[in-house]
Amino acid sequence: MYVAVKGGEAAILATHDLVAEARRGDPAVPEITVAQIREQQALACARVMNEGSLYDKDLAALALKQSQGDVIEAAFLMRAYRTTLPRFGSSEPLDTAAMAIRRRVSATYKDLPGGQVLGPTYDYTHRLFDFALMEEGREAEPRKASAPLDATMPRVPDILGAEGLMEAEEPPAGDPRPFDLTRDPVSFPADRDVRLQSMARGDEGFLLGLGYSVQRGFGGSHPFVGEVRVGEVAVEFVPEELGFAVDLGEVTLTECQMVNQFQGSKDVPPQFTRGYGLVFGHSERKAMSMSLVDRALKSRDFGEATNYPAQQDEFVLYHADNVEAAGFVEHLKLPHYVDFQGELELIRRIRREREERLAQERGAKEQDTMPEAAE
Amino acid sequence: MNARTPRQHWMATLSRASRDEIAGLLGALPEHEVLKAPETGTVMVEGRAGGAGRRFNLGEATVTRCVVRLANGRMGFSYALGRDHRKARLAALLDARLQDETQDGRYEGGLHDGIAALAAQQDAARELASRKAAATKVDFFTLVRGE
Repeated sequence: MYVAVKGGEAAILATHDLVAEARRGDPAVPEITVAQIREQQALACARVMNEGSLYDKDLAALALKQSQGDVIEAAFLMRAYRTTLPRFGSSEPLDTAAMAIRRRVSATYKDLPGGQVLGPTYDYTHRLFDFALMEEGREAEPRKASAPLDATMPRVPDILGAEGLMEAEEPPAGDPRPFDLTRDPVSFPADRDVRLQSMARGDEGFLLGLGYSVQRGFGGSHPFVGEVRVGEVAVEFVPEELGFAVDLGEVTLTECQMVNQFQGSKDVPPQFTRGYGLVFGHSERKAMSMSLVDRALKSRDFGEATNYPAQQDEFVLYHADNVEAAGFVEHLKLPHYVDFQGELELIRRIRREREERLAQERGAKEQDTMPEAAE
Repeated sequence: MNARTPRQHWMATLSRASRDEIAGLLGALPEHEVLKAPETGTVMVEGRAGGAGRRFNLGEATVTRCVVRLANGRMGFSYALGRDHRKARLAALLDARLQDETQDGRYEGGLHDGIAALAAQQDAARELASRKAAATKVDFFTLVRGE
């Protein structure tokens, strides 16, 4: 029998009020503004834009405010909002070689055209608390070089590519439109465009763990950071009614090119192979993790064994999406009264049957032993 | 990218400008009708594997567009990242006015000088950011051992 359960409206309304109060915290403390989050929590906003798969700094900041800083809840808000918007089309492919660089480092070449530019990074900080930040009002005054950086810098793997030592990275014949997993169901084995889209919107922690597993031996990778670059890139879009490319403005991106050894196979000579990561905002850890897993997922293409989780596209793609994962994990706390009632009945019946069977067996045994006991 | 037309240049400048900057440049609103009211949607941003290889979908970005027509029939368009409807309408008006002020391929005077000044301001901001980054450029020096 199916029993529909209604009720809880008043309780739900009350919880909305209560969560609003919890979100606000102590009213004696000034309320945080969306602009403050956008400007001062930019790395959190970047994560929300990536995992929400929507570039909009204001919305990411609003999502963080609304979710009390719960990044996955914030990503969920972004995803939900996105579904309400019409899609005008697809941009021209980004030209990351034309990036206005703010940071660019390579672990493979010391002296490279354009140089090593540290940019704004925590890499060389001591991870000691700066208690001065407990107070407000300190203004940074960064140094300025007399001349700007080179207007464009070559992507590092392209330097090796010129020598023929690097796996070529060229569009397939016809430069096809990429698969869009927000429109079409994914099937396996998944092509690289599907994998890259999935990872770009995937959970940073999940990809970090997988990338780490590859380094630790669950996937045998020996990578170098060919390059990490952070900066602004123009987004171009060709509206049908205009017929020419319109520059929509700039997005901040982080790109990572991971360089891996490859011993060669029957068909491919020994060379360096690539892992690629590209993400919204300044998100180096995510871009690096993505590039490690991208290379691991190419194992099959290179005829390598695929024994480890990071090398298996079905495992990676089905579990990278934290909005889906959170939905399935967290749905367990919603009412399952009817399911549980069914299981309860089942367990009771099995136990009853077991007890009856045991009692019968005991009875039979007692009968067997009765004569002896009588002796 | 380098072979942009003057119109592509000013549309790029407008997409990066703030609502107030555009309003300041436009001045009093010219008589017009709104053909396509400001609308926010998304554009799927594409990347390329390795920077130059196979195309893939990186994620979407919010974009707002608007189309207007001046009393003289000139149409103006705006497309820019973000969700600012007011900015979209003002930028579309400015796009129409800038086309109007273009005479015999001359892009000077009036609004064209204004948009050039705005572009110069944006270039200066970009250069300043680049000079700050350049201050973090590493100068390696090699330690010589022995003789």
